[in-house]
Amino acid sequence: MTATTSTPKSDSKQREHRARPGQASPKLAYLPIIFLAFAIGVPLLIIVIYSFLEKPSQGTGVKWVFTTENYKALFIQQKLDGTTALDTRYIKVLWTSFTYSLITTIVTLILSVPVAMWIATRDARKRNLLVALVTLPFWISILIRTYGMRQIIADEGPIGKFLGIFNIEWSILYAPPATILGLIYVFLPFMILPIYASAERFDFRLAEAAYDLGAKKMTVVRKIILPSIRPGIISGIALVFIPALGSFLQSDMLGGGKTNMVANVIANNFQQARNWPFGSALAVLLIVLTLLFVLIIQGISQRRGDKVELV
Amino acid sequence: MSEKFLEIRNIVKVYPTPEGGEVRALDDVSLDIAAGEFFILLGPSGCGKTTLLRSIAGLEYPDSGEIVLLGDRIDDKPPYERPVNTVFQSYALFPHMTVGENIAFGLEMEKIEKDEVAKRVVEALAQVKLSGYENRLPSQISGGQQQRVALARALAKKPKVLLLDEPLSALDLKLRRGMQVELKRLQRETGITFVFVTHDQEEAMSMGDRIAVFSEGKIIQLDTPVNVYRRPVNAYVADFIGETNLIEGTIVASGISLPGGNILPTNQLAEDSVVPNSGKVTVAIRPEDLVIANDGIIGGTVRDVIFTGDSVRVYVTVGDIEVIASLASYGTAIPAQGSHVTLNPENRAARTVAS
Repeated sequence: MTATTSTPKSDSKQREHRARPGQASPKLAYLPIIFLAFAIGVPLLIIVIYSFLEKPSQGTGVKWVFTTENYKALFIQQKLDGTTALDTRYIKVLWTSFTYSLITTIVTLILSVPVAMWIATRDARKRNLLVALVTLPFWISILIRTYGMRQIIADEGPIGKFLGIFNIEWSILYAPPATILGLIYVFLPFMILPIYASAERFDFRLAEAAYDLGAKKMTVVRKIILPSIRPGIISGIALVFIPALGSFLQSDMLGGGKTNMVANVIANNFQQARNWPFGSALAVLLIVLTLLFVLIIQGISQRRGDKVELV
Repeated sequence: MSEKFLEIRNIVKVYPTPEGGEVRALDDVSLDIAAGEFFILLGPSGCGKTTLLRSIAGLEYPDSGEIVLLGDRIDDKPPYERPVNTVFQSYALFPHMTVGENIAFGLEMEKIEKDEVAKRVVEALAQVKLSGYENRLPSQISGGQQQRVALARALAKKPKVLLLDEPLSALDLKLRRGMQVELKRLQRETGITFVFVTHDQEEAMSMGDRIAVFSEGKIIQLDTPVNVYRRPVNAYVADFIGETNLIEGTIVASGISLPGGNILPTNQLAEDSVVPNSGKVTVAIRPEDLVIANDGIIGGTVRDVIFTGDSVRVYVTVGDIEVIASLASYGTAIPAQGSHVTLNPENRAARTVAS
């Protein structure tokens, strides 16, 4: 009897080390975590360090001398006569980026809710096809897509030629509307997908119940459907607004030199202007502002008691 | 039934099937429901009973026919213009609203004043014995309580007709029995006409004033529970409502020749049984109407004896069919497995049914 009882004991000890069926070992996560820590953490650290260093008098790179001048230069202008004045150029660039991102977020949101609801109400087979179509742009390089957009909206492009028939002037390329159009085009799927994910889980019997209780169509949308898909809407806002704030390609390729967003100014400082420390300081400012928006979005969603994915 | 209350006239609803065919969910259905009645729509899933309920609610529009409530045609009106409310099978409580907000929702849609809404929410919760639950979320209460909230939400609107779509199917047996009694009480107290969909024949019989038995989009029988049970119009109803032995016999001069060779005399059948002059006929006998007799009409071998508490079920193999007899578990001689017994229908409870 004693011999038989000892065997299961040692058996159970062995089992503790084995993962339960369907459960992956946490060790599998170590490698990607280490990789991400290096790929994100190290460059971030370099940027922060550079932002506190001086610019060499000649060439690119940094001079290893501590300074806070780069941050001051974001807001204060040193005049030739030695006096200082408030420099609004970078605040304006940040404001431009903010408004472009806001417009992009609002327009994509308005476009995405009906699309997501429509997809969510199709049958399962059609739904999969439609979601695949929404993700189709991801298959093509963003550079090629933006270039394609440039051809379409160019003065002599198909839209311009068509409107030319009616003698309507068409000229938006290399101006702010082109940048915003490009942003909306690129970020639309990022708004549709999370809202769809929420809408797909929406129990449409709740809408029926609301109708039954005397609600009209708009009331059902406002009071039942929108609150139910709010987690998806908040995720979508986070997924569009935050990356849009740091986007570079659209203003570079579609907006021309006239519409600089903050990422273009940062890139310019690392390339043509060869002022790495100042570019770094501007990048740090952008990161801080972005984090602030993440915290605000998270705060709003937590106060509402929503479970928000992806934030 | 003096004044016409809810009239369903020649309702037809056809659905296309994915294969390209069509299903007649409602095939020319007509019925009248009286004011204050507890009316049951009974049938297996897919028989059209829920489609009819949804047509009354306005969540489905029939292809043809009319629905008239108190003289008003309502079948082409949107749901919010019908004085009709529904308790859904899934309860369909709004998860982002508290219990109180759920109940208030329907009242706010009627533009009722705030004070009045608050008063009626309290009233409705008291009606379903959930006073004080206003601030709970649906996820914070049990399934049985959610069921009551769904009921309170619909009743708070004081509808002319309350539609209930299998509202008790998700509850366990004990809770379901309790709710059946509760629903009967609420219906009596409010005087509201209840139209109740179920596939559970026992529930239908214990609650309904009248039952409409559905099959494949048609009403097969519309009658009181006692009549539906005791006088089924055909083998389908006899088999669907309760348990029935359906025994095929042949008409002979002295009665009906049953499997095993014995004759069931015509004068032992229920008085209103229709016996054709010749050919085959189906005899329906409830298990509880069979007793063990010394020289019974149906003879066979006992295959199994199962004790269920209040009764003993005896499975008797008769030729190539099986007959079930339900005997009182106390005070009767219980035959042994493998023994030969003969059974007799009691009290002229056997009847012929159209197949």
